[in-house]
Amino acid sequence: MDSLLKLLKKNARLSNSELGVMLGISEQEVAERIEKLENDGIIKGYNTVINEQAAADCGDLVTAYIELKVSPKAQSGFDEIARTVSQYDEVENVWLMSGGYDLGITIKGTNLMDISLFVAQRLAPLEGVLSTATHFVLKKYKDNGIDLSDKIIDERGLVSP
Amino acid sequence: MIDYSRIINKKTRDMKPSGIRKFFDLAQTMENVIALGVGEPNFQTPWPIRRAAITALERGKTFYTANSGLYNLRQSISEYVKDYAKTEYSPDDEIIVTVGGSEAIDLSIRAIVEPGDEVLIVEPCFVCYKPIVELSGGIPVVVETKAEDDFKLTAKALKEKITEKTKALILPFPNNPTGAIMKKEDLAPIAEVLRDMNIIVLSDEIYSELTYGRKHCSIVEFDSMRERTILINGFSKAFAMTGWRLGFLCAPKELVSQILKIHQYGIMSSPTVSQYAAIEALKNCRSDIDMMVDEYNMRRRFCVHGFNEIGLDCFEPEGAFYVFPCIKSTGLSSQEFCEKLLYTKNVAVVPGDAFGECGEGFIRVSYAYSLEHLKKAIRKIGEFVREIKENG
Ligand SMILES: Cc1ncc(COP(=O)(O)O)c(C=O)c1O
Repeated sequence: MDSLLKLLKKNARLSNSELGVMLGISEQEVAERIEKLENDGIIKGYNTVINEQAAADCGDLVTAYIELKVSPKAQSGFDEIARTVSQYDEVENVWLMSGGYDLGITIKGTNLMDISLFVAQRLAPLEGVLSTATHFVLKKYKDNGIDLSDKIIDERGLVSP
Repeated sequence: MIDYSRIINKKTRDMKPSGIRKFFDLAQTMENVIALGVGEPNFQTPWPIRRAAITALERGKTFYTANSGLYNLRQSISEYVKDYAKTEYSPDDEIIVTVGGSEAIDLSIRAIVEPGDEVLIVEPCFVCYKPIVELSGGIPVVVETKAEDDFKLTAKALKEKITEKTKALILPFPNNPTGAIMKKEDLAPIAEVLRDMNIIVLSDEIYSELTYGRKHCSIVEFDSMRERTILINGFSKAFAMTGWRLGFLCAPKELVSQILKIHQYGIMSSPTVSQYAAIEALKNCRSDIDMMVDEYNMRRRFCVHGFNEIGLDCFEPEGAFYVFPCIKSTGLSSQEFCEKLLYTKNVAVVPGDAFGECGEGFIRVSYAYSLEHLKKAIRKIGEFVREIKENG
């Protein structure tokens, strides 16, 4: 991966001047390259990784992973149903999968009921959906490459040769 | 009552604790210290290497190995060194697997130095060479490197210190604490000076993987230098394996057969599980090194820029994971700077003179830390420098 992208993927809050220093290029060049990455649709957005287990008031507390079996359309294959599913705000990720089912979806809700209702009332009745299997996430250990466990302690001591 | 002062060998008694140790004790008394003081990677050992160690344990690989190390490992080391230093060492009798680069340094010095021998030590440098030379009765002769030479060893400085008694030259590049490297064109005149002399070079190349923008060049690559060099390297820095205690030395068999005797009586063999892990490291972890080097490189640029920006001149080091900013503009000595910084801002860096007198006026800052950590620390050092310059 492009080294600028790698840095941004890890920490999108670095300023252009910091990025420039680290990559040995000018701030101006960083700005231009980011703009190009955005225009080309390579950078699609900037998220914050939140440890919901630690933040009491962040709303959505339950995540579920749903396996969806669907029947593809003659013309558009899986794209049409995938796009339809993507429309819902509750849905965070939609992936076309190889293997035993077709679409893998993650959704967020405030409680189990929320999610069950969403699956029963919104997803299952969609035309083309053959079956669903819902898995609730019990605990997250690592999210988007970031370790969510307790504060990592530097065991190296303060000073060494 | 027993009189310990008559028990302990005089040379041991005379050994001074390292300047780093003193500073460590001081820092230890404080809370919430933001440390920039450690000389080891902040990465954990890559998982495949740890996995290989677990597998070795599961398979019951818990016995001594051959004195000089597992043959497979020596073979891998031979290939590895051939690849980076373009020089062949036979796995049969020209390589010893040691307990860290540290043991390789200790063995080499003990095997060659006799009382009265002079050993040239290029300073500033890692802290262990001098005391070990002294323990053998040798006389350390310091060859200073200077900021205006980018802390490189020059042929001129070397020649000035060579006498009839000179037995060895310790060549520690990429350098801890300065981060300086010796490029091919810097080494050529050094090799020229040494070519016809009866002087052994101890080339401590423990940071050979950590260079930025160019590959490390070893002195053994030069004509007639293989026969007069002990090449020392290890797994600690390149593979983030400090705690595994594994390194190696490569040298002509006439030397290795002698050095091996000390290793055989003093150590028997290096840790077996670590040796299995090291085979995996050399075989399959090139991409892990590349990833770490990329990371260090970005932090290196960040630190050089950061220190220059807060008014501490910082030369651009091309190796290891240290920057070595000059603090002379503050009017403080290295020790004063580090103590005051620690007391007022809770930031721990190492005074440059801990690595030799010519390190006075500098501080060693390790960038083996996360970017966020470095950012915070440099901001605090910036505040400190501003306050010192304003109020004295
Ligand atoms: C220049 C240099 N040589 C050798 C060593 C020893 O490393 P190890 O014994 O862990 O291989 C170090 C460690 O800090 C070092 O900085």
